[in-house]
Amino acid sequence: MSVPYQVVIGLEVHVQLSTQSKLFCGCPTVFGAESNTQVCPVCLGLPGALPVMNQRAIELAIQTGLALNCEIASVTKWDRKNYFYPDLPKGYQISQFDQPICGEGHLDFPDPENEGESLRVRLIRAHLEEDAGKSMHDEAAGKADSRIDLNRTGTPLLEIVSYPDLRSAVAAKAYLTELRLLLTYLGVSDCNMQEGSLRVDANVNLHIEHNGKTIATPIVEIKNLNSFRAVERALEYESKRQFSQWQQTGAVMGDSPKQTRGWDDAAGVTLPQREKEESADYRYFPDPDLIPLQITDAQLQRAQSAVGETPLMVRRRLQRDHELKAYDADVIASQGRAMVSYFDEALTKGASAKRLSSWMQQDVMRTLNENNWTITEFPIAANKLASLLVAIDDGQLDNSRGKNVFQYFLDRPASDLEEAIKSLGIASVDQAELEQLCRELLAENPKIVAQVKEGNVKGLGALIGPAKKRNPNIDPNLVRTICQQLIDTEF
Amino acid sequence: MTRLELQSATELGRKIAAREISSRETTQYFLDRVEALNSRIFALNLVDGQRALELSDNIDKRLQAGESLSPLAGVPMAIKDVLCTRGIATTCGSRILNGFVPPYDATAVEKLLSAGLVPIGKSNMDEFAMGGSTENSAYGVTRNPWNLACTPGGSSGGAAAAVAAGLAPISIGTDTGGSVRQPAALCGVCGMKPTYGRISRYGLVAFASSLDQIGPLAHRVEDIASTLQILAGYDQRDSTSLNEPVPEYCKQLDAPIKGLRVGVIREHLEHESLDPEVRAAVERAQLLLEDMGVTMVDVHLPHTKYSVPAYYLIAPCEASSNLARYEGTHYGFRSSAAPQADSPLESMMVNSRSEGFGNEVKRRIMLGTFALSAGYYDAYYKKALRVRRLIAQDYRSAFDKVDVVLGPTTPTPAFKLGEKLDDPVQMYLCDLFTVGANLAGLPGISLPAGQDETGLPLAVQLQAPALDEVQLLNVAYQLQTAGLFQQQVAELS
Repeated sequence: MSVPYQVVIGLEVHVQLSTQSKLFCGCPTVFGAESNTQVCPVCLGLPGALPVMNQRAIELAIQTGLALNCEIASVTKWDRKNYFYPDLPKGYQISQFDQPICGEGHLDFPDPENEGESLRVRLIRAHLEEDAGKSMHDEAAGKADSRIDLNRTGTPLLEIVSYPDLRSAVAAKAYLTELRLLLTYLGVSDCNMQEGSLRVDANVNLHIEHNGKTIATPIVEIKNLNSFRAVERALEYESKRQFSQWQQTGAVMGDSPKQTRGWDDAAGVTLPQREKEESADYRYFPDPDLIPLQITDAQLQRAQSAVGETPLMVRRRLQRDHELKAYDADVIASQGRAMVSYFDEALTKGASAKRLSSWMQQDVMRTLNENNWTITEFPIAANKLASLLVAIDDGQLDNSRGKNVFQYFLDRPASDLEEAIKSLGIASVDQAELEQLCRELLAENPKIVAQVKEGNVKGLGALIGPAKKRNPNIDPNLVRTICQQLIDTEF
Repeated sequence: MTRLELQSATELGRKIAAREISSRETTQYFLDRVEALNSRIFALNLVDGQRALELSDNIDKRLQAGESLSPLAGVPMAIKDVLCTRGIATTCGSRILNGFVPPYDATAVEKLLSAGLVPIGKSNMDEFAMGGSTENSAYGVTRNPWNLACTPGGSSGGAAAAVAAGLAPISIGTDTGGSVRQPAALCGVCGMKPTYGRISRYGLVAFASSLDQIGPLAHRVEDIASTLQILAGYDQRDSTSLNEPVPEYCKQLDAPIKGLRVGVIREHLEHESLDPEVRAAVERAQLLLEDMGVTMVDVHLPHTKYSVPAYYLIAPCEASSNLARYEGTHYGFRSSAAPQADSPLESMMVNSRSEGFGNEVKRRIMLGTFALSAGYYDAYYKKALRVRRLIAQDYRSAFDKVDVVLGPTTPTPAFKLGEKLDDPVQMYLCDLFTVGANLAGLPGISLPAGQDETGLPLAVQLQAPALDEVQLLNVAYQLQTAGLFQQQVAELS
């Protein structure tokens, strides 16, 4: 360790669940609608309106909990978290206090610093709650207007709280990356950070070895983390800041209450946020408008079957059943559920896993990036790509002609392999014809022949280009082999 | 002209259905009485005569077209100002809801409207239903029609006074700790609190969600039964409403009660605060029941003395949270005081709540906020919930032995306005005999039982096991038939 301290990080992740309607009313949850149009008496907190629980949110929470290896409560309940804020129209948030729907669990994720290894974060709990609205402050000079948009009010959130098990900023980012991947596999959230579907608060402090003792610095909660990159940068910054703070003041945990700091992405610093005058007392108590919820075995079974294959399972399967390297398996798994499905379909159509993996990581992903496509928008169907790769495996065409076919497929989405081969003039080359071609090339390049005779076989590479010019269908490897044989026997 | 205010709602409904009289004539008749008398008692804080007449015309038209409507179609009614009425101001007797016009009807209001009842206005109440005298309304004090110097009770004091004074044949009130039964008792009318969850609370502005229940007030037991028939039933908009079949409440009203077992709550009947004339009324009811072949049994509710303290923790705790939404931002009253420069938002909220709420509401918000605070929760709120379970258990044990229990509704007849205003504990003790049913979620009904020597109404209360409104109404109706009370309207003029 290059620094004389250990960073200790715990993360609270708020995930917006992909339900059609809000947690306690029928209003839609679509992002970006005109302000205050997706509201009703319930989410506006009008007098007399009552919440009714969204069963779908419960299902999604259970699925997530199961995928995170959490204990699922057999009885869970709703509590009110009381505080005043203008974007909280009821004056309380319906949340879960002492009986969360998901109890302890854990998530294993690839160790960013040791390929093929994994790290584990234990989870304290995951509970459901309703989102607040959005306050928009007009801070332009001379104006003091604040506006409130309640479209988001009542949107279902699952708050996933980890133990302080993370030991570096990169590990924190890797955990978040895996969590997001898992949630998108499950389809429980779109995890769009820009739209606020995934929000992260980080709790961080340092354990410093000092005079043979371990000293803990005061815990700081960092808010306003708008990307995983921001999480990583903020944690790196905050670690250094806490260390120099400790060097200056010697303040340790317990000397001051937990501080909240906001991340300023542009400046690259964390800044103290306005402290509340008194420590918050949310006066949690059971919401008398809602009844406790029993979770049945049948519900658990339904949720379990909806969970399906997790990224971790995909990585293991690709390594075990298809002999992919950990790195390659991870790249495929990390592209998301749809990419894995594409990959699997190509496999069933006969593509070899290694060639497929290489093509996916290079040609397919490059094309997706260039066109800003997702795999579902990719014009070459998995079975078509498989037919191409099988043809290459069979020696019907070489890799470089394969790329021509790939491009042909992209340009003409309705085409098939037969048409492409025909249209591109790809034909297998007769052995005698190829020998004659090589003989001519060697005769024209006595320098190369001489080099090879001196033991510099690399010189043969210079013949591939001219050979391709004469016949685009030649197999470069075959050209090399034949030339070597001819030099040995005839020159 | 026939004095319609002396007829029961059921009788008026029958006449309207038979087209002996139109709904419009009936409505106009009661509107005229409101016009003449309401200013003296302030039972209604909002009257919408034009809308009432339009609605009654519509009922008349439908009847004329041969449509068969509910037995109470065309009958005027008053709605407590705690139930949301679409397009019509709903204030809860509070300044903080001044100007608030709900965009929706409470489920109960929706049901009454579709049954053809004709709302003529909103009845006055203690602010947010907190109080037992209807002196805590920001819009004025309601007076007891039997004695204008006395309280009508509360919090549904306007509702009870409106029926007692003949301003409306039916009133819809709400009962959190006795707020239907106590004013019914003090005004000499029938008032019922059904089982918790029997009537949807959707659109009932919450005071204490786990205790609030809507209930009807009227002159006669059959009026109560018919109104309950309209109101009862599961509502998917209220998670706490009961998804249980709704029986026919009017069918068994006159079933014989011979052989029934009725318990007399000793802790209530022998309570030191009980007025001798109220006790005598309960004993009269007891004799009438015995005459009908009922077996009277002594029962005990040993935790009675803890019911008021438990209630005055649980209700304020819930209220402190339920009333947090009134802070001036979104609707209703906002203070016009200049906000503090360093905390404009907080001071706007503080000013709005300070000016918008009355003293009793503030007292309970503070009490509830305190009791829910870290370090006090277990000692107060949690302990109160344990007491609540014990009280429910007391009732269950009693109902193992008897079908219905009998006792007083209130310790005394109507007290003087102002008498208990400065002594909240004395005011809270008026709820002693009613809060038990709320804490246990049970149905109860207050019935008139004659008058004391000064002419103020006396009353008795019956309570039954959860969802046994049929039995409760049956006994109540038989007491009515046996002459426990006569339908009376207070003469104001």
